[in-house]
Amino acid sequence: MSEQNEHAHHIVSPVVYVTILFALLVGTTITVWASYIDLGEWTPLPGLVIAWNPIVALAIACTKATLVVLFFMHVKYATKLTMLTVFSGIFMFLVLVGMTLADYISRAWGRW
Amino acid sequence: MSDSPITHSAGEAAHAEHPAYLRHHFNSVEQQADTANFAMWLFLLTEVMFFGGLFTAYLIYRNWYYPAFVAASHQLSIPLGGFNTLLLITSSFTMAMGVWCAETRRKSGLVLCLCLTFILGLGFLGVKTIEYSEKIEKHHVPGFHYSLNSFLNPDSDAAAKAAGDKPMALDMARHTEVYFSLYFAMTGMHALHMIIGIAILGFMIFRAQQGAYTSGHVTFVENFGLYWHFVDIVWIFLFPLLYLISRH
Repeated sequence: MSEQNEHAHHIVSPVVYVTILFALLVGTTITVWASYIDLGEWTPLPGLVIAWNPIVALAIACTKATLVVLFFMHVKYATKLTMLTVFSGIFMFLVLVGMTLADYISRAWGRW
Repeated sequence: MSDSPITHSAGEAAHAEHPAYLRHHFNSVEQQADTANFAMWLFLLTEVMFFGGLFTAYLIYRNWYYPAFVAASHQLSIPLGGFNTLLLITSSFTMAMGVWCAETRRKSGLVLCLCLTFILGLGFLGVKTIEYSEKIEKHHVPGFHYSLNSFLNPDSDAAAKAAGDKPMALDMARHTEVYFSLYFAMTGMHALHMIIGIAILGFMIFRAQQGAYTSGHVTFVENFGLYWHFVDIVWIFLFPLLYLISRH
């Protein structure tokens, strides 16, 4: 029991929370503003068209989500076990989505 | 003298060493808290996979029926969706402040933060109700009464006209129903999570007034905070994907 209070529970300061709230509100404003601008398209391969608007919107959303996970959800201050759990879960999710999309993109490759 | 009084007092002595909320199968309060945190994250990962499936379906159907998805998303109101984003982000902030109040043992602050989170959550559902009723009025709910009018005659529809939509061929226009199926499935599941969260918040406000979370044992408030922030993150992705990316 003696080690009970050695690693004191980390308390995140309200200053951090206010900063993150502000960053999230700024992110929301930027993403709404950017959605009204046509950011164009990119065609890396014939038939494969990548529009920039959804890429930018998702990049802003991912940034906002990362801020929420790290600070509101305390992962930045959490144990290594929690960090590994969160990271491996998100990684696994990206693998599943990536493989599904790779299938949809490549199955009829060259036949469109 | 039998052994029993000695055993009894030894048991009492053991109890006096640790707080009442420390379960006997844990070595320390810290280990107990870490375990609860780990378990909550495992639950949240199943939620990630659940919503992730819906998001992937949306991504694939949007690529298949792109014109239909663009026109259908013009039916959503960015001001209402943006206002809801504001409400939900602020509610996440008040929840985070609630966790801080519990950690620093501020009972009235905790009750205030939980009440604000409760009200902001209800506000979100209120705005969602306005949006849903608009969909019902325009017959944009998938099913027998679904109407293609907004997509076949965009000039007859204020939202479609404002977005400059062109009349669509019938076979593509029919796929707007797929968009609204996914819209209702995703926002509906999100709203269900909000309703469950608000119900738990009501219970927590009641318990917080009794001082349940401000005597050092904050696991319940912390884990509920994780759940609430997760619901916030789902909306952070839903808002751009459903409302924004087909506007330009």
